[in-house]
Amino acid sequence: MFGFSRSQSIGFVIMLALIATSPFVLYPVFLMKVLCVALFACAFNLLIGYVGLMSFGHAAFYGMGGYLTAHAAKEWGLTPELSILVGGAVGAVLGLLFAWLAIRRQGLYFAMITLALAQMVYFFCLEAPFTGGENGIQQVPRGNLFGIIPLGSDMNMYWTVAGIFIIGFLLLHRVVYSPFGQVLKAIRENEPRAISLGYRTDDYKQIAFVLSATLAGIAGGTKALVFGIATLTDVNFTTSGDVVLITLLGGLGTIFGPVVGALVVVSMENYLAQFGSWVTVTQGAIFVVCVLLFRRGVIGELGGLLKLSL
Amino acid sequence: MGDIILEARGLTRDFLGFVAVNGVDLSVRAGTIHALIGPNGAGKTTCFNLLTKFLPPSKGSIHFNGRDITAMKPAAVARLGLVRSFQISAVFGHLSALENVRVALQRQRGGSYDFWRSERVLQQFDARAMQLLEDVGLADHAGTEAALLPYGRKRALEIATTLALEPKMLLLDEPTAGMAHEDVDRIVQLIRRVRVGRTILMVEHNLSVVEGLCDTITVLTRGRVLAQGDYATVSKNPEVIAAYLGSADA
Repeated sequence: MFGFSRSQSIGFVIMLALIATSPFVLYPVFLMKVLCVALFACAFNLLIGYVGLMSFGHAAFYGMGGYLTAHAAKEWGLTPELSILVGGAVGAVLGLLFAWLAIRRQGLYFAMITLALAQMVYFFCLEAPFTGGENGIQQVPRGNLFGIIPLGSDMNMYWTVAGIFIIGFLLLHRVVYSPFGQVLKAIRENEPRAISLGYRTDDYKQIAFVLSATLAGIAGGTKALVFGIATLTDVNFTTSGDVVLITLLGGLGTIFGPVVGALVVVSMENYLAQFGSWVTVTQGAIFVVCVLLFRRGVIGELGGLLKLSL
Repeated sequence: MGDIILEARGLTRDFLGFVAVNGVDLSVRAGTIHALIGPNGAGKTTCFNLLTKFLPPSKGSIHFNGRDITAMKPAAVARLGLVRSFQISAVFGHLSALENVRVALQRQRGGSYDFWRSERVLQQFDARAMQLLEDVGLADHAGTEAALLPYGRKRALEIATTLALEPKMLLLDEPTAGMAHEDVDRIVQLIRRVRVGRTILMVEHNLSVVEGLCDTITVLTRGRVLAQGDYATVSKNPEVIAAYLGSADA
């Protein structure tokens, strides 16, 4: 099914079952946040896990996706699916620009260029009139899906978000397990060798970066509609840091890792919120434990234990 | 002897004032095995990087198969059929041996940008990839992750991957470096087999390998060509004995 291996198919079915049943047990808005962050992390994982590119500026795509979706829904009165596509398009355009400037540099330099560009986007969002500065864009209407289905109710919104997440997840999975993905993995393993076989590796990295940025924009846009608000938090560099944490914690280079990482981190933010800044301390502690004890992340270690690729 | 397939004229490269390769003229005839030898720091690997465009030359020109490739990108040079190996074995560690070879095969088919297609389309290359692995004695290891192969077999896998491109000319950077004796023999046998219909330029430290295998030898020292000719001529050259053999004893 969709080019999944046996173990991945089982994992996928379990994930679908959880997505289908959990809104009857847990608060749907919390779950929607998990799914948006999970899609964001999966998009990020395409780069770090399968191309070996460490982007430290993914908040720019996520946050700008959120702003533009919110703007499109509120000011232009577009339907939710179109608004989210606007968010994805913004991610794509920004991704193209970022990649064009950063892709020729390796390792740390690549990460620093993406960070610098993302900070420029942050200050743009702080100053530009349409983003509402410190206030952000508030009271964004969820609207009617395809102009018909009202998303005002959390359950309708939930199924929409779940649908977007699953489509995004399957798309990323397909990219990873495609002829293109095979070249990406070769670049990750040994870029000079890939060049010596005749691959224009910069082109591959560029395409992967744009795909990742597009899905990050879609994830950010979806989140903006769920909460009816787009703020500076999502373009801040801490969001870029969070997505690194989530991906490492879940297991980089695994298809389910970022989803598990998102669940763990968003749950902590949610259920430990009453302890204030202890959330950050706990996150830090968990991150240290993760790096020391299970470097491949939760899913990476599990896959290693069961000798499966998850 | 065939026509000249690769020709460098006045090839020069300096790194911030340090001239690693200084006005090297090199002509490689089609169908021969040509060795590039010299003491450490003679500029052999730099020469390789220049010829395959991994480094841009400061001065000089390079022609391959009658085309001026001086301004080309490394991937473009590889597409013309001039394919290199690396000093440190270059395999894709977390891919299986079969997948390593397939990465090279899929490049020629095209469609490698197809991110929407299932990788199952790559199975069409399995038969050819197995054949190539058999040729280098790796058929039993097709499913093994390349990183887990012993060193000698990694080099064999690298050659299989390179051959998958059916290159006109191979550039091998120290193919036997760091190998145990029996592995060296295996690689030499392999090079003898794959030379048919191809040209090979190799950097090699092991003189016994060069002696039995190579038709022409170019000796480099301090970025310049010191001597050129067959093994008998070159090994009798007093300057070569002083520069190369002398330092090999030291």
